[in-house]
Amino acid sequence: MQMPPLDPAILSRRSEIVAALRAIVPGEGVIDDLDGMRPYECDALSAYRQMPLVVVLPDTVAQVSAILRYCQDNKVKVVPRGAGTSLSGGSMPVGDAILLGLGKFNRVLEIDYANRCARVQPGVTNLGITKAVEHEGFYYAPDPSSQIACSIGGNVAENSGGVHCLKYGLTTNNLLGIEMVLMTGEVVRLGGKHLDAGGYDLMGLMTGSEGLLGVVTEVTVRLLRKPSTARAVLLGFPTEAGAADCVAAVIAAGIIPGGMEMMDRDAVKCAEAYVGAGYPLDAEGLLIVELDGPEVEVDHLVARVEEIARERGATTCRVSRDEQERVLFWAGRKAAFPAVGQISPDYMCLDGSVPRGRLVEVLSEMRQMSKQHGLRVVNVFHAGDGNLHPLILFDANNPDELRRCEEFGADILRLCVRVGGVLTGEHGVGIEKRDLMGEQFTEIDLDQQMRVKCAFDPDHLLNPGKVFPKLRRCAELGRLVVTQNKIPFPDIPRF
Amino acid sequence: MASTIKPRSPAELRQAVEWALNEGVTLDIRGSGAKLALGKPMVCDQVLDLSGLSGVVDYAPEELVVTLRAGTPLKEVEALLAQRNQMLAFEPPDLGPLLGQPAGEGTLVGALMGNLAGPRRLSAGAARDHLLGFSGVNGRGEAFKSGGKVMKNVTGYDLSKVLAGSWGTLAVLDEVSVKVLPAPDQTRTLLLHGLADEAAVQAMCAAMGSPHEVSGAAHMLGRTALRIEGVAPSVEARLKGLRDLLMESGASVEELGTLESRAFWREVRDVMPLKAAANDVVWKVSCPPTEGPGVVARIRAGCPAVEAFYDWSGGLVWLALPNSADADQALVRGALGPAGGHATLIRAPEAVRAEVAVFQPPAPALAALSARVKESFDPKRLFNPGRMG
Repeated sequence: MQMPPLDPAILSRRSEIVAALRAIVPGEGVIDDLDGMRPYECDALSAYRQMPLVVVLPDTVAQVSAILRYCQDNKVKVVPRGAGTSLSGGSMPVGDAILLGLGKFNRVLEIDYANRCARVQPGVTNLGITKAVEHEGFYYAPDPSSQIACSIGGNVAENSGGVHCLKYGLTTNNLLGIEMVLMTGEVVRLGGKHLDAGGYDLMGLMTGSEGLLGVVTEVTVRLLRKPSTARAVLLGFPTEAGAADCVAAVIAAGIIPGGMEMMDRDAVKCAEAYVGAGYPLDAEGLLIVELDGPEVEVDHLVARVEEIARERGATTCRVSRDEQERVLFWAGRKAAFPAVGQISPDYMCLDGSVPRGRLVEVLSEMRQMSKQHGLRVVNVFHAGDGNLHPLILFDANNPDELRRCEEFGADILRLCVRVGGVLTGEHGVGIEKRDLMGEQFTEIDLDQQMRVKCAFDPDHLLNPGKVFPKLRRCAELGRLVVTQNKIPFPDIPRF
Repeated sequence: MASTIKPRSPAELRQAVEWALNEGVTLDIRGSGAKLALGKPMVCDQVLDLSGLSGVVDYAPEELVVTLRAGTPLKEVEALLAQRNQMLAFEPPDLGPLLGQPAGEGTLVGALMGNLAGPRRLSAGAARDHLLGFSGVNGRGEAFKSGGKVMKNVTGYDLSKVLAGSWGTLAVLDEVSVKVLPAPDQTRTLLLHGLADEAAVQAMCAAMGSPHEVSGAAHMLGRTALRIEGVAPSVEARLKGLRDLLMESGASVEELGTLESRAFWREVRDVMPLKAAANDVVWKVSCPPTEGPGVVARIRAGCPAVEAFYDWSGGLVWLALPNSADADQALVRGALGPAGGHATLIRAPEAVRAEVAVFQPPAPALAALSARVKESFDPKRLFNPGRMG
């Protein structure tokens, strides 16, 4: 994994840059000593580490604006960071770039129950929003597994998902407005408490742009009323194909569960040993299907799901009897990653999406690859929306295993693209999948995306080295060569 | 009158754009032409007719995705989905009759390009939330794609979002993949009679904030409608819960069955409750739901003849005003107030639309950014020049 070469001119101006930042953000908001910067040297993709040039932690929008304008004027790169929980290296520092932390923007600004929305600063945690409104029976729907720590600003940058996406959407479907600062220092408001922006939907473009277009300084999210009932059904199948068929059949029957998760045999074994959720150890494929809504509806749908599962050969079929048991059913799934961590020194978590109909084929091919690469793979995934999270087990202290693990991971993602899926369903491209972008996109596709980047950040100063496998200068991308040869096309009907 | 090019394949579409680029020819891009009267009037050198790129390419009900060509009629897609008890959950409106055109003429891609959604926008999201991916041609004559055919995808920028609502000014699409959802077994409606605007919006907001999963909330001429959809036992229970909740409003309550409800909400979707006279101008205002009645009151103070009805729990206000040279744009936009929102002139004579900002004028920094985004797709301004102002 290569990052762009460091710019010696910037490195040599470090003390001047630090002084300029101190003039904008007084006191302890600028951190330039090694010990102080250490906590920022990586995000949740911790295999890769890098010290930033300097860390700056502004606490007003005016400061953010001044910092970005300074960076633009002086051609200094900037890496924005929320809580640093990115799994793709989205907030990994760059050696010749300022790390701009938004952690001090941690206030809930306004809660408007009548209009069902909340206006918050970007450093508020995902769960923090729900905590602020749950006493009135409301919640914020997207629930990435890092929700206790991840920030809503980071969620906007990564378009974060979670287990309830199938029914309630990703971050992008739950935003009403944002305020952002451009590299010029201009502050722009997109959307608000109303629905749908006038003009181009730049908020939609910003969401999932991985910190490459602008810095979000305020977020207005849609609040939902908490469903009155939620119940989980645990379904064990003697084959993975049986479990996958059941997923398709539930959806074909017109049921959109709140969540529909699948675990393979190894994941079930690990999770059961770790938390004792009562999972059936004989199952090759385990589903957790959660139905939520009014109680009568949940009762009705639980019965339908049970019926469908039995027709598909389920050998275990248990419905949670109370809230405690529902939480227990989920506890195993939620602890699956640390549980796998118990049986292997390290694991790499992948994040491809595939059409649901290709799940079985993808799993079986993954097993073949596992043999070829000589590394085990465990599968835990959001089956309802075809979002896979294969965990490759390896030992990071063994350089050969790390190399094989990276190759195996790349092969799995190529497989996802080959069957009509995509490289990343919810974790983002970051640095992790950057060099695989060519598997899914042509150069023209990527050039178009990069031209959009140029509209926001013409000098490629924001979050450099992320998402795009190779950078092209904006001036070069903007050049338009019109051939002087007239192109006739007599074949196309004209009238 | 501009002549027409009608490509029959994606390759011909790309060639046509390449030719236009070389010749410096501007293109008026049309699916069926059903929404030609919406937007700023354009003067283009050539019509690019996409009706030759028509048909469903792939439909897998259990994947909840349909892939189709850009010129495919909306009614064809809806009929296909209905066979498998599925639907376009954003409820694309048919603005034909409102715009003085026949009903049932539009294309699905046309609805996406306008980011047009009906009453279920409240609970199911906008058109843009359902566009999973596309392929098309940019203003450089290059074929490109973005997004995909899967529900969850964060690979690269989400260009689908910015294309939806771009009114054909960024790229010409040839194929789209759209998310579909199961259609509800039953649809019922509670009609409350006699509530004034303020009380109606209060009742709608209370209903939307309840656990009864209301999927439509509209108010017109002393009638306030709340829609409940789903499986039979759930619909019954939620209707009861909603009735109990609304008791305190004191309004008399009537219930509409499934067939009546479907007809009722189709009318709301297509803006039929607005009994606009033929030469009235029609505005669409999006604002925070609780602000809706205030917006209408401020406009009424300046123009007592205004007629209004509310959808989206009060957050979407449809207005008819007597025709005037400037369509009363200062009055309408001035009424938005500090809570914000936007107003779009949906219907007005061509001469009026030529003078008035049809779409909400953005703040300067945002306008400059939007212009750079436009340039990143279509540097020579070949596509629908000036349609968005």
